[in-house]
This record gives sequence, structure tokens and C-alpha cells, in this order.
Amino acid sequence: MDLLATALPALSEAFALILQPRQIMFLILGVLLGLSVGVFPGLGGIAGLSLVLPFIFGMEPVAGLALMVGLIAVIPTSDTFASVLMGIPGSSASQATVLDGFPLAKKGEAARALSAAFASSLFGGLLGATVLTFFILIARPLVLAFGLPEMLMITVLGLSMVAVLAGRVPLKGVAAACLGLMLGTIGEAAAGGSLRMSTYDTPYLMDGFKLVIVGLGIFAIPEIVALLRQDRAIARDATLGSGWFDGVRDWFANIWLSIRCSIIGVIVGVIPGLGGSVVDWIAYGHTVQSAKDKTGFGSGDIRGVIGPESSNNAKEGGGLVPTLIFGIPGSGSMAVFIGGMALLGYDAGPQLISNDLDITYTIVWSLALANVVGAGLCIALSGPIAKLTTIRFTLLAPFLFMMISFAAFQSRQSLGDLLALFGIGLLGILLRRFDWSRPAFLIGFVLADQAENYSNMAHQIASSKFRRSFEAGFDYIATPITLVLLAIIVVSVVVGIRQAKQILPEGAVETGAKRAPLIFLLCVTAYLCVAWYDAFTIRMMGDKIFPLTVSSVAIACCVAMLVQMMRAEETSPLFADREAGGEDANAPHGLWGTLAWFAMLLVLSALMGFILALAVFLVMFLRVRAGLSWGRTLFLSALGIGFMCLMAGVLNRDFPPGLLQGYADLPWPLT
Amino acid sequence: MSLLSTTRRTVTRTASAILVAMGLTGAAHAEMDLSGETVEWVIPFSESGGSAKWANFYAPLLAEALPGEPTVVVKFMPGAGSTKGANWFASQAKADGKTIFGSSGSTQFPFLLGDPRVRYDYADWNVVLASGTGGVAYLPPDLAEKFDGDASGLKDIDFIYGSQGATRLDLVPLLAWEMLGLNVEPVFGIKGRGDGRLMFERGEANIDYQTSSSFLKGVMPLVEEGKAVPMMTWGALDEDGNIVRDPTFPDIRTFKEVCDVTPGCETKGERWEAWKAFFIAGFPAQKMVFLPKGATEEMIETYSNAFQKVHARDDFAEISKKRLGVYPQMTGDMAKATLKQGTQVPAEAKAFVINWLEERYGVTLK
Repeated sequence: MDLLATALPALSEAFALILQPRQIMFLILGVLLGLSVGVFPGLGGIAGLSLVLPFIFGMEPVAGLALMVGLIAVIPTSDTFASVLMGIPGSSASQATVLDGFPLAKKGEAARALSAAFASSLFGGLLGATVLTFFILIARPLVLAFGLPEMLMITVLGLSMVAVLAGRVPLKGVAAACLGLMLGTIGEAAAGGSLRMSTYDTPYLMDGFKLVIVGLGIFAIPEIVALLRQDRAIARDATLGSGWFDGVRDWFANIWLSIRCSIIGVIVGVIPGLGGSVVDWIAYGHTVQSAKDKTGFGSGDIRGVIGPESSNNAKEGGGLVPTLIFGIPGSGSMAVFIGGMALLGYDAGPQLISNDLDITYTIVWSLALANVVGAGLCIALSGPIAKLTTIRFTLLAPFLFMMISFAAFQSRQSLGDLLALFGIGLLGILLRRFDWSRPAFLIGFVLADQAENYSNMAHQIASSKFRRSFEAGFDYIATPITLVLLAIIVVSVVVGIRQAKQILPEGAVETGAKRAPLIFLLCVTAYLCVAWYDAFTIRMMGDKIFPLTVSSVAIACCVAMLVQMMRAEETSPLFADREAGGEDANAPHGLWGTLAWFAMLLVLSALMGFILALAVFLVMFLRVRAGLSWGRTLFLSALGIGFMCLMAGVLNRDFPPGLLQGYADLPWPLT
Repeated sequence: MSLLSTTRRTVTRTASAILVAMGLTGAAHAEMDLSGETVEWVIPFSESGGSAKWANFYAPLLAEALPGEPTVVVKFMPGAGSTKGANWFASQAKADGKTIFGSSGSTQFPFLLGDPRVRYDYADWNVVLASGTGGVAYLPPDLAEKFDGDASGLKDIDFIYGSQGATRLDLVPLLAWEMLGLNVEPVFGIKGRGDGRLMFERGEANIDYQTSSSFLKGVMPLVEEGKAVPMMTWGALDEDGNIVRDPTFPDIRTFKEVCDVTPGCETKGERWEAWKAFFIAGFPAQKMVFLPKGATEEMIETYSNAFQKVHARDDFAEISKKRLGVYPQMTGDMAKATLKQGTQVPAEAKAFVINWLEERYGVTLK
């Protein structure tokens, strides 16, 4: 009752503040801005918020909050467009949506998948806000109960989803996840600063790879290249099947799933330090495990969209808890949000809840309201936007290459970004070709940092507590929360392994000759051995142990596969190879020729800077590959470049210079 | 109350300093006109750090104060612990009066320690603003009972401290605690000082420190609830370069006072000088704004005057207190003096710290 007595008056005040035409107008403005940024893959909330930050100073607080919250709230909603339509994970919040959303688009059911996703987002957002309204008052002790051992367990729970997504050969899945973990360890170690697989002369590698680039490389590039080889529309027969209404109905039919996944989203979002990176995978894993008929997952089961999408908007609400209560941002965009609040004169922290509960609720419910507006707009847009999937893909591809290159530049603003994108894209293509689980790889990469840090730190604290007394140490690691999480992990691994064979996250793959898969496996093994040796030479134990252990496990998996390969027949799933048969093998265009187009953009950028390179690339591609008339070629190219300059101008980003720029002083945007 | 009165004193002092500085520089040079231009303020960190807060605070004020009221945009260029952005500024930035750079203690430390990534030299740049800050260490209440200004009572405790890395600003507290004879085990790998505070709140860490603004915001509520007790500040510098009580926390002892009364800790000699040198580089000279190499007198003048104008605003004391804390915001010659303090450490101090880092934490910068 006490809780209600505190909450209700502040809540009604908050509503009085929000529900005024002016605030609603700013909220909608934020939503529109967020939508227009979020639709483009790789441009998440940080880019959007940085866009409005200069205007926040001096604004009226509630209006400013409404603007920022509106912007943040729709980003996990709007990035679904890229995930479903193009198979590009728009941000870390919609990685898992790709798995079933994109196959649905290929079936011509893009509108259905989108509207189901938006309905789930909407519901997740609202449920999140409701839970938060009361939870935020009592959350402090609960959040403090999550120490390092607990966070480590959640990270492991995320990793255990690999069991579900490993594909037909479990060893391959584990090896893929380990490879992802190893990629995540490249660069300066967080603990002691030792360099791993990099030197002081390779500053790009020292910082490690960013999720944007790895996500785009592993998912987007292989899909774009594969589609481009087909020379047809994304939707196989270029028609749209079921419409947006079916999607909403699908969501309603799975409302319990949506509720469960929303709750998962709120809980994981509340824990500071985990952020959004695991939520959608845990939700996807849960969706698969709790479904009776699992055969459709990976090839277009609508539940695979509803689960993750319900969780990722609920997570944004949950993420407000650490942000507001402790002043510790749960994600990059939350960090910028705190900065914006400070501009308005509010400091996030415990005193905000106790002194300005009405402002706190304004934030929470603006978020909910923005969800409603944003999801509503998105549902309305999903029909028309889904038509993109019926356009001949060859006309879309050059602009997609342009967009993902631009998105990749946001990571470091150097040419290295483009090179990394290409390299990881190549790895993604090979993983896809030989049926190594790409989701497992990405989970490994996303969680590498947390897995290493939390295990190191928890180990260090635990040993200090054990030194004090056995009891103190035991109390520290064996809390009720860790034990429950441990039980969930064990169950999910056991159940996952048993089910993994039925679930093909990326569809069935033909098998063929032994040679190509064997060579790929040998290359992976060779890299792992080099990485193992590199880790072995590190002097600091804390920086060494994690990559050493992971690469040992991965090498063991690879050796076991090599032994199996020697005995297995050519038809064994070990020898999966998309070039051996099926859609890819029969495509009218070759793999390398298609990839060469993207390589061309890269090389030209290195020579003459991005914008000039883009001009040459667009004209050549549209004229030669797509076979358009000169008129249309030039028109579309000009459109693309104009758009790129507009984006760069608005977001105030420069393009990395090429060799040419070293010799001649060119005006913006050619610099 | 004491906090308030000191605030007023500091403000008056700063204000009079500004008046003096303005009188000195007022007549000499013409200023550049920036109407319709865009000034880029490069911050070598991400959007979420303390430097971002500092730049976001100043940017709109600077825009109003510069002649012609240009647009000032803050551009974030994170990477390699800020050395990437600094290297960029050293090699690429044009001295056109439209590009400025905000450095921080984390940019200074690698420079001072001879990090191989550093390709910049502070001597090349022109400082137009220097902002100081302070730091406060604190303890949980049960351990604070064993501390009465003399740290001997804490010698048998196993301390755990969440740290961002021994070569960062954390070097200052880690060395200070070691000088006091405390057995502090740093748990490396946290992402920001906020995470360190959270570890303290969860009881995983039992000693911590925060810079002044985060202490006011995040730890003061804990102190009021009785969950944390301030231990000591790192102090502040007076005009003669002596360490005195931090004006924001006049009631809290400084590390120097604690060290003086703790047996085994000395406020002279190699260790102390090394600590002091890095404290000065990390705190009183923490954040600075630079114009690139080759900037003209006119440009330097323009920006110095603009920052002075910002500081002379009627509401500056009020708005900056909330966002930056009560610390000197220096321009002109005072900024130059601060830069000198912050970027030059005696060779012995540097050698001592490099050796200490390697012996104690196994960190080498090669």
C-alpha cells in the first residue's frame, strides 16, 4: 500500500506533464527522428541522440526528455526493418530477429513478419513500463543482489544458447562460438592491457573489433552477396503473401510467449553491465525451447520473430533502472541519454527517484507512449516498406553496400573499418558456405568481453574472500541467484543439445566434395593455433588465461572434427558446402565475381576517398552489372551520393581520406 | 555551510583572476570573426565519459561567447585510450581556428609514461582553457571506524578495489594506498568509475575513489545514508604549488595529512615526489582545450577571450557548480602554467612509476 501511496500521485503528475500537446509534439518529433535514423542498419541510438544533443541545452525539461526518449524508444523497433527485410542486424537488439524474420521475407511474408515484430515490440514496451512503474521504487536492493558471480552466470546463460543454435554438427557450433570468442579477445585486454593478436604498430586491431562491423560482416555481407548472385527479388517470386494484419493476429495467438519474453527482457535489462547484447538471444533460445513443433525455426517461424522482439523493447525499459537509479548507463545510448539529462539540469542517480519521482515517471511513460506511436507508425509503414522485397535485388545491392560501408565508418572513421568489414564479411561468407553456425559465432563475439572480465573479476574477488574464510567465499559464489541460474543453464544446455539437430538456424545445406570444407577447417585450426601461441606468450596471467583456454577448447573441437572427417562419407553434414548444390551453386553469378564488386569499392576508397569511390562504383555497378540505361544509371547514382552527403552532413561525420586526398586539398565532402 | 562559503570565496577569487587577465589581454590583438562558421571540438573519448560531459557543458556557452556566434559541435573520436584522437589532432588538424581539441588526464598519462602509441607532444599545442578537478577516497562504515586519520589501523585488511587499469588515473589512488601501507588488490577490467562505485555498493569492493563531481552526485547520498564514509581527498594545489585541502571538501583530510601521521608513509623523497607529479598531471590539470600547432596569436586570443567571457557570465558559478564542481577554470597564463605542471614530470618520478608498474602489476609499456 505504501508503494501505491508513493507511486500514484507522482504517476498522475507525470501523466499531466506528458499529456500536453507540446510534449506530445516533441515526443512525436523524437519518434520520427529515431525512425529515420534507426531504419538504416548500423546507425543506432547513439548517432540519433548525438544529433539532437546540441539542441537540448536550454529546452524546457519535459519537452527535452520527450524528444530524447522518443528517439531512444523507437530504435529497437525501427531496426527491425533491416533485420527482416535485408537480413542485416540493425543493432545488437535485433540480432536474433534475423534468424526467422529474413526467411519469412524471402517467402514473401515480409509484411506479416514486420507487423508481428512491431506488435510484439509495442506490447513489450508497454509491459516493460508497467512493471517498471512499481519496480523502480524497490529495485535498488534487487539490482545490488546481482554481483559479479551472478552476472557471469547470466553471460554463461547467453553462451549456452549456442547449444540450441549450433546446427547439425554440435562440435562445429562450439568451434564457431569459440572462434567468435577469440575474435572478441583481439586487441588490448581489459584487465592488464596486454596486446592480443595485435601490436602497437596496428592501432586498429588494438582497439578490437566493434559489434557493428562484426554484425554487418557476419550477417549482412554474406546475405547481400548470396542474393545478388541470384539476380532476382528478395521475396522469391517477387510477390507479397500475407499482409500486416496476419502479423498482428500471429502475435495475438502467441501472446503468452510475448509476455514471457517481455519479462525476460525487463529482468535482463535491469542488470547493469549486460546491456542489450544477450537479451534477444536468451529470448530466442527460450522461444525455441518452449515450442512444441520446432521444425520451422530458422526457416521462417513467426514465433522466432515474436520472442526476441517482445524482449528487446521491454529491455529498454528495464535498462532505465540502472541508468536512473545508479546513474550507470546500461548501454551506449543510455550513456548519451544521461548526458542529455544533465543538459536539462537533472542528474541521474538515487536522488532522482526520491526527489523527482514525477520526472522519473515522465521518462518511463514517455518511453511507453513513444513505443505506441513508433510501433503504430511502423505497422502502418510495414506494408509499403515490405514492397522493397519485390524489387529486383541488383538495384538495391549497391545502395546497401553504400549504407553498410557508411555504417561501418561510424565505428572508427578510418579506412580500417572498411577493410575489417570486408575481412569479416569474407569470414561470414565462408561460415555460411560451410554451414558453421553464424549465430553461435556472433554470440561468442558479443559475449567475449563480458565472459572474460566477469570470470577474471569474480575469480579475483572470490579468492580474496576464500582467503579470509571458506564460508565468506562460499557465500559469495553460491548465492540463491547463481544456483538458480546454474540450474537453468544446465537444463537449457541438455535440452538444447537434444533439440539442436532439428533446428537449422540457417536452413538445410547440401553436402559435396570433401576438399573445400577440409581446407576451411584447416585454415580455422591454423588461426586458432597462432592465437593460442600468441596468448601463450602473454606474461600477465589475467590477460592470458581466457584466450588460452578458449583457443584450447576450439582446437580440441577442430581436431575432433578432423578425425571424424577422415572417417566420414561425403554425405556427412560435416562436409556441408553450399557451393555443392542447391540455390547458391546454381546461381547465375559466381561468388567471387560478386564479392569483387564490393572489393572494388574498398580499393577505390583507399585510392580516392569514399565519395569519389562511391560515384565510380555506383555508375559502374548500375551500368555494367544491373544493365540500366545511362540515364537511369546517372540518376540513381546521383541520388545515392546526394543521400550519403546529406547523412554525413546531418550527423557531422567525415569520410576517411584516400591516397588522392594526401596530394590534393579537396572541398567537403570529397575530403 | 562551510561548503557554501568556500564556494563563494573560490568564485570571487576566480572572478578577480579573470578581471586581471582581461585587463592584461584586452587591448592588444584583433579577434577573428567566426560568423556562420562551424567550430569542431574534438573529444578523444566516447559520448559517455566525463570528457563528454565537460565538453557538452562548455560547447553551447562557448558558441555564444565566440565572436560571430559560430556553431560549436562536439566531435567524438574514441580509441586507444584517447591516444588515437590525440595523434589525429597532432598530425591532421588544420590550424584554421575552427578545430579545437579537449584532452584529459587519460591523454596526459600515456604521454608522461612514454606509451609507444603516443605520437603527440603537448609542447606543440596552444592551451586556451584548463579545468581542474579533485578526487575523494571512501570506505565502508565498519572499516572507517578503524581509521582516525592514521591509516595504521587498516593495515591488516584485505582491500579490494575495482580499477580501470594501473596505467590510467587509477595510478594515483593505487600508489597513495600503497604508500599508506594498505593491502589493496585492484580488480582490473571495469569500464568506468561508476562500475567501481557499484562494486563498492554491492560489497564486492571495500575501498573506492571517485572524482569530485561523481563523488558529489553518486557517493554523497550513500554517505548520508551511512553506507560510506569519506576517507581522504587527494587535495588541491595552492598558488605556490603546495597541496592544500580541496575547496569542494574542506572538511575532509587530504592524503598528505593522512600520510604525515601514518608511520611508514613519508611526504618527501622519491615515492612522494612521484605521487605528487602524477596527481598534478591527473587532477588539478585534468582537462584542457588546445588549438593545434601553428595557430596564430589572433586565434589563441579569440578562444582565450571567449572562455574568459564564459567564466564571467553571471550564472557561471551556479551552472558550473552543478555540472563540474567547484574547481578553477583557467585561461591565459594560468592555463599555461597548469599545462606545464600537468605535462612535465621529473625524470625520476617517471622512472619510479614505470618501474613500480612493472614490479607491482607486471605492466610494461613497450
